[in-house]
Amino acid sequence: MTTRIVELRRGILKKNDELAAGLRGRFAAAGVLTLNLVSSPGTGKTAFLEQTLRELRARGARVAALVGDLETDNDARRLAASGAPVRQINTHGICHLDAEMVEKRLDGWELAGLDYLFIENVGNLVCPSSYDLGEKIRVALLSVTEGEDKPLKYPTLFNSADAAVITKIDLAEPCCFDRELALMNINEIRPGIRIFETSAKSGAGIEEWLEYLAEARMPRRQ
Amino acid sequence: MHELSIVSSIVETVTESLAAYPGARVVEVRLRVGALASVIQESLEFCYGIATEGTALEGSRLAVTTLPVVVHCAPCGQDVELAGVQSFRCPRCGELVSEEPLQGRELEIESIEIEEAIEAARRSDDDPDCGVAAGNSEEER
Repeated sequence: MTTRIVELRRGILKKNDELAAGLRGRFAAAGVLTLNLVSSPGTGKTAFLEQTLRELRARGARVAALVGDLETDNDARRLAASGAPVRQINTHGICHLDAEMVEKRLDGWELAGLDYLFIENVGNLVCPSSYDLGEKIRVALLSVTEGEDKPLKYPTLFNSADAAVITKIDLAEPCCFDRELALMNINEIRPGIRIFETSAKSGAGIEEWLEYLAEARMPRRQ
Repeated sequence: MHELSIVSSIVETVTESLAAYPGARVVEVRLRVGALASVIQESLEFCYGIATEGTALEGSRLAVTTLPVVVHCAPCGQDVELAGVQSFRCPRCGELVSEEPLQGRELEIESIEIEEAIEAARRSDDDPDCGVAAGNSEEER
């Protein structure tokens, strides 16, 4: 027997990355802005998305959503109440969505007939950060009940995000939420990131978020 | 805990590349893992033992090289290495760096060390291009 070294230089998630690149191309060609929402379980992704879908539809935007959970279609049913087409992805134990799951669930959807596609990831602050879904914008959400140091504890996810949303801002006071510290921590991990402070209950911050979405879909010409 | 998915991808990729080396057994798989890859080495090793069972990778070692985050600091005009992932401040000037890191997100198989059957090794030594060409076609796939 003789040994030899074989150079591979291959990305371990190359298959996912290639699929995601294909999806990104399809989304761009169809003119649909795709967002991937990531956070821990209980941050309020679904409530935030319910409100976003409702408000966008009220403004005449064409929206759809995919929602990932290990089990149940509870979130899809909640989101579908907005009137938007929604599909549930059950991962049955897998802790994140991947590009293949997304691609499969797009079957039969006319992407060119959409303005926005939201993908609500499985609630998890670790694994989803490694899996590109072909999104244009990755949104990391953090609720005031989780603590200001979440971005420091899970830097990879916040560092890979394009926008950050603080949810449940109506609970900031009873939770003794240190706003300045939270903003500083997010900025330390992802300097310059856009941060939205929102409440799905009171509607705070939603207007600013909707403006950001409109701007991201159709960048204003200089 | 997506280490099992990662390890399964490793087994798949390595097994595919072994097609060019019939009868070969894997001795070591060398990975390059960035500090921002959110992969835990202990979990990786634990899953590796399970996922490689019954494959050509069974019994092989997993060697992980961890790569620190490197960013380009515009004020310093230099690429700088960060001490950790808790702060994206330039260690030289203290400024926050908003640009995408130059290094730190890697999650790749760098190389594999394989033990070839003598006959197969002799064949590829006679025709050195043979092994290289096979390796290239794998990479392009």
